[in-house]
Amino acid sequence: MGSSVLIQFRNCRLVRNHGLVVDDLWVRDGKIINPESVFFDERRQADVQIDCKNAIIAPGFIDLQINGGYGVDFSYDIDTVESGINKVAKELLSHGVTSFCPTIVTSPSSTYHKVLPKIKKRAGDRNGATILGVHLEGPFISREKKGAHPMELIRDLEKGMDNIEEMYGNLDDVAIITLAPEKEHSCQVIQSLVQRGITVSIGHSTGNLLDGEKAVNKGARLITHLFNAMLPFHHRDPGLVGLLASDNIPVGQTVYFGIIADGVHTHPAALRIAHRTHPDGLVIVTDAISAMGLEEGFHHIGQFDMEVRNHKAYIAGTETLCGSIASMDECIKILKKSTNCSSVFALEAASLHPAKCLGISDKKGTLDFGTDADFVFLDDKLNVLSTWIAGECVYNR
Amino acid sequence: MKLVILDSADYVGEWSARYVMKRINAFKPGPDRYFVLGLPTGSTPLSMYRKLIQFHKEGKVSFKFVKTFNMDEYVGLPRDHEESYHYYMWNNFFKHIDIDPKNVHVLDGNATDLAAECLDFENKIQEAGGVELFVGGIGPDGHIAFNEPGSSLVSRTRVKSLAQDTLEANARFFGNDMSKVPKQALTVGVGTVMDAREVMILITGAHKSFALYKAIEEGVNHMWTVSAFQQHPNTLFVCDEDATLELRVKTVKYFKSLMNVHSKLIEDD
Repeated sequence: MGSSVLIQFRNCRLVRNHGLVVDDLWVRDGKIINPESVFFDERRQADVQIDCKNAIIAPGFIDLQINGGYGVDFSYDIDTVESGINKVAKELLSHGVTSFCPTIVTSPSSTYHKVLPKIKKRAGDRNGATILGVHLEGPFISREKKGAHPMELIRDLEKGMDNIEEMYGNLDDVAIITLAPEKEHSCQVIQSLVQRGITVSIGHSTGNLLDGEKAVNKGARLITHLFNAMLPFHHRDPGLVGLLASDNIPVGQTVYFGIIADGVHTHPAALRIAHRTHPDGLVIVTDAISAMGLEEGFHHIGQFDMEVRNHKAYIAGTETLCGSIASMDECIKILKKSTNCSSVFALEAASLHPAKCLGISDKKGTLDFGTDADFVFLDDKLNVLSTWIAGECVYNR
Repeated sequence: MKLVILDSADYVGEWSARYVMKRINAFKPGPDRYFVLGLPTGSTPLSMYRKLIQFHKEGKVSFKFVKTFNMDEYVGLPRDHEESYHYYMWNNFFKHIDIDPKNVHVLDGNATDLAAECLDFENKIQEAGGVELFVGGIGPDGHIAFNEPGSSLVSRTRVKSLAQDTLEANARFFGNDMSKVPKQALTVGVGTVMDAREVMILITGAHKSFALYKAIEEGVNHMWTVSAFQQHPNTLFVCDEDATLELRVKTVKYFKSLMNVHSKLIEDD
C-alpha cells in the first residue's frame, strides 16, 4: 500500500490502556492515528477497510535479549553477521516480534570492533523486524556468575569508561549494555552510558541489594534475566532480586527486569513471585539461542553440537541445557499460564514494558495515537495470526 | 400531535430507532436524494443510537445518503472533552456507522466568529433542503436543545447563555467545579426545529413528567419552549410510563388507546 492511504481496521479488540477495548484501529503513513480528527477536520473516510474478524490487536512484540536463532549465532557467526541478522529479523516476524535487540555475549574486543559497525539500528519492514540497537551482554560481568560466557574474556572496569570504549569501539548502535554493578567504577560507567542514551542492565552479578540500588540510582533501568546468573534470594540480603521490592530507588522510577518465560529457565513459581511482586517491571525476553526455530534432532552450530529434544536445547548427548529456544509468542503463553495473569498483561509484558524500559513508548509498545503502526493480530489463545510493521502486513499465518 | 407511551425507557430507545430507520428506508435516499436528520445528545437518546448502530450492523439501515445536523454544542469546550457533543456524537454514533463525514454537521463552539458559525449552520440546513426529521430531547424545565426558558419561540441558531439551573446540573460533569462549566452554548432555535417537516421528541423518567405535562396539556409558552410544538403539524412525542405521571388520566388513556395505530408507524413493510 502506498503512502497516505487511510486504513481502518474494523471488528477488532485493541490492547489499549491496560485493557481490551472494542474499537477500530486507524493507520496512515505508518502511524496509528486519531480517527476523530480525520472525521471532523479532514472529513474523510477510510480508503481501505480491513475486517479483522474479532482478532485481538496488540502492540508488536519487542525482544530486548536474543542471541540468535534459526541456526544463526550473532556472537559466533561474525563473518556473516549481516546475513545472519537479516535471517533472524525475518523469521521473528512469524512470532509477532516487530523490534529486537540482537544480543552479543562476552566476546574478544576484536569481535565487537568487527561486528558492531555491521549491526545498524534500522526500521523494520517486510524483510524483517526493526533493530533497536545491539544488546551487549558482557564482558564486564562477574566471573562467578558467568553462565555460559567464556571466563577468559571477562573484564573489569579498572579504567572506567576507557575500558568500555576500548573494548567495544563505537557505541552509536548500542541500545543496552549488561554489566555487573559490584565492579569497581561501575557507578561512573553507568552514569556515562545513561547520558549517552544507552540503557544499562545489571546482571551476571554477585552484587548485593545495595550494589543494585546504587546502580539504579545512577540510572540503570533493567535487570538481565532475573534469577539467572545472580545470587539467589536471601532474606538478609535479597541481592539483585530484592530490587523488585526496594524502597531505595528514585521516586516514580520503575526497575524493569527481563525474565525468560520459557518454562525451563525460570520455574513457574519463580515467575509467579516476580509477577506478583513487581508486575509493572516484568519484561519478557526470550534470550533465545541459535537453536530456536530448528527442528528436533542434532545440529552443529558454531562451536557447539546441540540436540533439540522435547522442545529443549541440550549439549548433544547430555542432559545439560544450553539455552532457551522458546519464541516470544510461546513465552507470552507460558507467562499467562504460569502466573494466571490476563492476556493483556502478558501482551504488555512483551510490548509496553520493554518499550518503557528503553524510553521509546512514545513510538513503540502501545497502540496510542501517533505511535508506529507495529502490531500483531492474535486469536484468543494468543496464537499469532499476522504481524504488521508501519501499517504493512509483514507476516500472515 | 401523536403521543406514544411505552413501558420502559429502553423501549423508547428501540421504538424511536425503529422509527428513524423506517423513515430513512421509506424515503429511499440516494446520491441525488439525501435524508436530512436532526439529532440530539444527552442520556435519553443514547439507547436510540445504540439500537440504530445495531440495525446498521445487521444491514437493515445505511447512513450513506443521510445528512445530519446536531442541535447544539458548548462554547469553548475542547472537541475531545468528554462532555463535548462532538465527542458524544463521535463515540456514541458516528464512528460506528457508514455516514460520510462530509454530511455531518455539528456546531463548532470553538469557531472564532460564533455568529457566523450559526448563520452558516442555518444556511447549510437550507442548502440540504430542510430537515426531514428532527429528533430531540427535553430538559426537566421543558427546554429543547439549549433554548432555555424564556427563549423566543421563533428563534434561529445562535449563541445562548445557559441558565443557572443548567450550569448547576452540568457541574457534576465537570468535577463539580462551577468555574469549568461552559457558560454558553450554540444552539438551533425553536424556529429552526419548527421548520423541520417532522419532529420526534423523546421524554423518559419521572423527573421530566412535569415538563411533558407543560408541553402538551398547557398552552404554548416560551417558559416551556417545547410547548411550541403544539403548533407544529407533525410532532411525535415518545415517552415512557414514568414520564406520564403528571398527565391527566384522560390524556394517557386516549393516547394508549391509539397504540395499535401508532404501532404501525414502526412495522416492517
